[in-house]
Amino acid sequence: MAQLTYREAIARGIAQEMRRDESVVFLGEDIAAAGGVFKGTVGLLEEFGPVRVRDTPISEQAILGAAMGAAMTGLRPIAEIMFADFFAVCWDIVVNEIAKSRYMTNGQMTFPLVIRSGNGGGLRFGAQHSQSVENWAMMVPGLKVVVPSTPLDVIGLMAASIRDNDPVIFLEEKALYATKGEVPDGDVVDTLGSAKVLRQGSNATLIALGNMVPRAQLAAEELASAGIDCTVVDVRSLVPLDTQTILREVSATGRMFTVEENPRLCGWGGELASIVADEIFYDLDGPIVRITTPHIPLPAADALEDLAIPSVTRIVETVQKSMNS
Amino acid sequence: MSLDVVAPLLLDDKLDLYRSQFALRQFEKRAYDLFLENYVKGTSHLSIGQEAIAAGVARAMRPDDWTFATYRGHAHTLARGVPMAPVFAELMGRANGLMAGKGGSMHLTSVEHGVMGSYAIIGAHLPIACGAAWSAQYRGTDQVAVCFFGDGSTNIGAFHEALNFAAIWKLPVIFFCENNLWMEYTRTTEVTAVANPAADRASAYGLESIIVDGNDADEVYAVTAACVARARAGEGPSMIEAKTYRHGGHSRADPGKYRPDEEVAEWLAKDPIPRYHQRLLAEGASEAQLVEIERAVNEAVDVATEEAKAGAVPGEDLLMKDVWANGGAEWRN
Ligand SMILES: Cc1ncc(C[n+]2csc(CCOP(=O)(O)OP(=O)(O)O)c2C)c(N)n1
Repeated sequence: MAQLTYREAIARGIAQEMRRDESVVFLGEDIAAAGGVFKGTVGLLEEFGPVRVRDTPISEQAILGAAMGAAMTGLRPIAEIMFADFFAVCWDIVVNEIAKSRYMTNGQMTFPLVIRSGNGGGLRFGAQHSQSVENWAMMVPGLKVVVPSTPLDVIGLMAASIRDNDPVIFLEEKALYATKGEVPDGDVVDTLGSAKVLRQGSNATLIALGNMVPRAQLAAEELASAGIDCTVVDVRSLVPLDTQTILREVSATGRMFTVEENPRLCGWGGELASIVADEIFYDLDGPIVRITTPHIPLPAADALEDLAIPSVTRIVETVQKSMNS
Repeated sequence: MSLDVVAPLLLDDKLDLYRSQFALRQFEKRAYDLFLENYVKGTSHLSIGQEAIAAGVARAMRPDDWTFATYRGHAHTLARGVPMAPVFAELMGRANGLMAGKGGSMHLTSVEHGVMGSYAIIGAHLPIACGAAWSAQYRGTDQVAVCFFGDGSTNIGAFHEALNFAAIWKLPVIFFCENNLWMEYTRTTEVTAVANPAADRASAYGLESIIVDGNDADEVYAVTAACVARARAGEGPSMIEAKTYRHGGHSRADPGKYRPDEEVAEWLAKDPIPRYHQRLLAEGASEAQLVEIERAVNEAVDVATEEAKAGAVPGEDLLMKDVWANGGAEWRN
């Protein structure tokens, strides 16, 4: 057992897989010599050398194109897109090339690759370095989308993503890089498409992802002392989606709240709400409520950013209001 | 560019190269007819007039090398040895198609023949070809990737990203620009800062500027073979610009009327196939040999057309297949 930061867990997860599989290679901007702009990849160059851990030019299309070409010819590349907002300059490679090519070729090609990226707000970086983009990826057939919320999950889901034979968009929550958690010694390997029930309650179910998970947990503690006993589910993976766990946990309490960092429209919570309404509508005891960032680009000022992203207080108040009405 | 390393083609090789070019031509003509007869739906982009390139390049490659083509990729796919029938069938949306009808004319792929896809987003496949080349370099095989693209594709960002990337990593990749002078309906020089859209950019990436007559299969072969040898020897990427012309329009039934008549006439006179025919006669082939090649090709095109037409319409079983590596399309439990 050791205490590890979310940031350290990234290098740990990648190293674990690079040690066991020679076909795993890693490329991106400033990831090798500098150890990553968020220091998430420190030590990998030293351990695995410059042939397997390669710095690239500022060429996001080249980075992801190279990852795709390498994956279709037998490697298991990990590519970094420094900030998730930058997906916009290479989105063609992600959605038109990587995501569609297996289907278009009638299964002739596979793309065992992972694209890691620093996702979301909380660091006061302003609108172009703070967006939560998981929904961009979730809506594309052919992409798996993973968002860990703890150091342990970073390692286990990273390992699962690298071993997976499909392309995985692996979103690291920038606001969580400094957070710590317990991690066992030895290899850790998790499963994609498995949500985690972090707390079991009887009154309401809070469903959260990434950076919103610790906030939902804190909110659940406050709500418990106010007499509202909540289940908290960490979705962990949007595709594949563990709907069974979500349906079961919503059924059990009869109330569903999603906590999403994304701007309002087309957030993953909307999809979950639709599944729940379709399949267990008669188990609900009240409306489904989505707690999200408003539909705005994220502002830079700390005071404004804090108003925008769902806070513990906002979660508590929203749940209380809805449960008491 | 020294061609010393290149083994010269013998008469038999050249007869084979003639067969290949003639087959590409006849295939494309038939594809056009099938389009007019509504067997081929959607769109298709023919390479009539540009066959010397696909044929010449394929001749310079090993079966385990890789090609990356564009939406104008029928010829490039066939030239690597993919049989005609599944390609016709793919164009027709049949279950016996190369990808069972799931890709269509613009996405022909046959991994088993090293045809690593045909890409319909301009420029996207240049970085992808870099990735395949990187994988060959990493695994220490001496495979080479060749990436075809048009003159118009030299103005998109991915082109420039890929060239720099290939140069700094010394990747075994050959960027092959088929300069047929036109984008879709715009003359490329009217929207390009330099006269030779690929070759004039090569020096920006530390590459030699190479221009070749794209209507001469022997020349295409020789220059490509030299670049392939260089790539196999670990000496990095090359870019070739071949001057050529598409006889028809950009796609489907586009008559290409935006092009001046004299220009079309000038290039029809440089048609690579009659030219090669004449060359072979001058180099000792007999007319009877060439006629026999043509007859056999025409017969093969007929047989392949019928085989494709006989294919079933793809069924629902294919619809939800192969989104994921496990063969399925499930996104939830
Ligand atoms: C990113 C992108 N922009 C525009 C198009 C539409 N488009 C398809 S082909 C084409 C012309 C390309 O010309 P060129 O690269 O010279 O190739 P050619 O068709 O002559 O072989 C255009 C603009 C596209 N497919 N992708």
